[in-house]
Amino acid sequence: MAKNDLFGASLWDEYSNKVTTLMNNPQHQGEITEEEAAAHGNKLIVADFGAESCGDAVRLYWEVNPANDVIENSKFKSFGCGTAIASSDMMTQLCLGKTVDEAVKITNIDVEMALRDTPDVPAVPPQKMHCSVMAYDVIKKAAGLYKGVDAESFEEEIIVCECARVSLSTLKEVIKLNDLHTIEQVTDYTKAGGFCKSCIKPGGHEAREYYLVDILADVRREMDEAKMKAAAEAGLGGDFEKMTLVQKIKAIDAVVDENIRQFLIMDGGNMEVIDVKDGEDYIDVYIRYLGSCSGCASSSTGTLYAIEAALKEKLSDKIRVLPI
Amino acid sequence: MQVYMDNNATTMVDPAVVEAMLPFFSEQYGNPNSLHKFGTAPHPAISKAIDQVYAAINASDNDDIVFTSCATESNNWVLKSVWIDKILHGEKNHIITTEVEHPSVLSTCKFLEDQGVNVTYLPVNEQGIIDAQMLRSFITEKTALVSVMWANNETGMIFPIKEIGEICKEKGVLFHTDGVQAVGKIPVDVQAVHVDFMSMSAHKFHGPKGIGALYIRNGQALSPLLNGGEHMGGRRSGTLNVPYIVGMGKALEMATENIEEKMATISAKRDRLEDALLKLIPDTFTVGERDHRTPNTILISIRGVEGEGMLWDLNNAAIGASTGSACASEDLEANTVMLAIGADHELAHTGIRLSLSRYTTDEEVDYVIDHFKSAVERLRSISSSYAKVKPTPGGEATACEMH
Repeated sequence: MAKNDLFGASLWDEYSNKVTTLMNNPQHQGEITEEEAAAHGNKLIVADFGAESCGDAVRLYWEVNPANDVIENSKFKSFGCGTAIASSDMMTQLCLGKTVDEAVKITNIDVEMALRDTPDVPAVPPQKMHCSVMAYDVIKKAAGLYKGVDAESFEEEIIVCECARVSLSTLKEVIKLNDLHTIEQVTDYTKAGGFCKSCIKPGGHEAREYYLVDILADVRREMDEAKMKAAAEAGLGGDFEKMTLVQKIKAIDAVVDENIRQFLIMDGGNMEVIDVKDGEDYIDVYIRYLGSCSGCASSSTGTLYAIEAALKEKLSDKIRVLPI
Repeated sequence: MQVYMDNNATTMVDPAVVEAMLPFFSEQYGNPNSLHKFGTAPHPAISKAIDQVYAAINASDNDDIVFTSCATESNNWVLKSVWIDKILHGEKNHIITTEVEHPSVLSTCKFLEDQGVNVTYLPVNEQGIIDAQMLRSFITEKTALVSVMWANNETGMIFPIKEIGEICKEKGVLFHTDGVQAVGKIPVDVQAVHVDFMSMSAHKFHGPKGIGALYIRNGQALSPLLNGGEHMGGRRSGTLNVPYIVGMGKALEMATENIEEKMATISAKRDRLEDALLKLIPDTFTVGERDHRTPNTILISIRGVEGEGMLWDLNNAAIGASTGSACASEDLEANTVMLAIGADHELAHTGIRLSLSRYTTDEEVDYVIDHFKSAVERLRSISSSYAKVKPTPGGEATACEMH
């Protein structure tokens, strides 16, 4: 909470010009009939995703050339807010001219990025991201229909949030793709947990098999483990010394997270990496102790030795740790 | 043309109110609690404003009407002070309210639940109001307070306040009503109905934002929410906001003067607008019988058209309206009032509230009718939902059928 949070801008002010343009004039809204598709010798695919009861639903029409699997025509219908219309329109645009296999790789991030006016400014505020996620999901649905794969088996259709019809696989993917950290972010991006809230954590009005808090924790743990593994493997492979400064700091952080930090926190302390400097004989890692570690007698003896030993073992024998 | 049809959110400050307020910003700026003549100069104007507010709601001279910053403060004050006075150190531990109260009541009740208070949230019927006799059945000897709004902000539906007041009096339970959407719109007589506390807000009846009041029936104790001084007889500390108090008094006097006549004029325009929309646009629905609504309010639902999309198109036509639906409010919930009255979830995402004022003109009504229709047609042409809906034969729309 600070000055900029005291009085927020209007939701509409956070829409990009592309979003507002497509909200007013969607280019690909409409339907494709069986007759039209047949006249071109193409196959018609009609896929629905979302639910009117959740305030967002989209119907995607594809006219696919069976000879090369290219999507030659694509249209949509949408029950949703303006950003849902704009996202659906952009998603439909992105599908055109692609093969089904190429189209199924389009993510909600691709849709949102395509809606940006400038690369570094989001096209929509966070709570509107679910509109582009829905566009992503309907493509998968359409691809499943085209390939003759049961939609249930095309992706792992374990529905975590019944209200918003959000699957476990979608949740995992969205958390990873967007590096989400909080339940509020998960809800902003997927709508999961935004309605009856039973899927957020145990204790809601109905019991659920999966809860967002557990899924988020599991995915975050997987992401951290993967990051640490990659960093450790890079170090063990002798590549640590060739890493960039940022890569070195990340690798050191990963090793500290895995081997050291939990013990410091248990004692009410912590540490942070301040800098890394390459020398002739040593790679000096400058650290700062936090909390109760600051001024602790062991911080220059046993604790310091443990940190240095872990880094030497996992990353490089040349590492020397210097507390400041 | 620009048309403002969001008067349940706030209203234009009447020019006569602005004029009445102006001297107290730069000419008579003294602190009314000061002893010198700069402080005493605004006293007659404050007294006049107090008289205007008392007269407007027919309060007795023995009652207290305390100026606050807004109705949110007034609502918080009543609920938290009843908790402190009657629950925290007493034997009672129960509050009754409704599912469709303003967030300043509902959120405060949630806060009190966290403090261990039992709160009953009464559902509303298909008309959007509670059944007073059902409320009676929930009152126990543990009940400290009943808090029921006089009129609903979304639907305009008027609650059976007189009946509820009689039940509360009979049962010896304190009764608070959030009168924000009623005061200045319909006749409000606190002596004709039994209410112990009533919240009001000036900006709902062409007064300034940032000033409200709490009516407290004669003899009712209520711990102050703000400590610090002896302002307002010790009821509410803080230097009196003189220009705004003067503005509130003037605005309320103007709003309640010949109120039946004003109501008739506004409701005639509202009814014409509502009739036209229901006739011209198939598969539209309005909530609640008109005779039980505040005269300025329409909550209209349009099959296949999500609320924010509709609001966007109306805004493009320079029409200011409102929706309680998910996407416009940064909240993913559907319109909670519409859900409460039994609307299906899809319809609950389509509600648009049009709220008129005594300044709404016939030309503005015509403008809204035209642009509302064209917005619905555009959005339905995109709608995946409406494509699946078979229009009602003959385009006949039905009011109050939400299921």
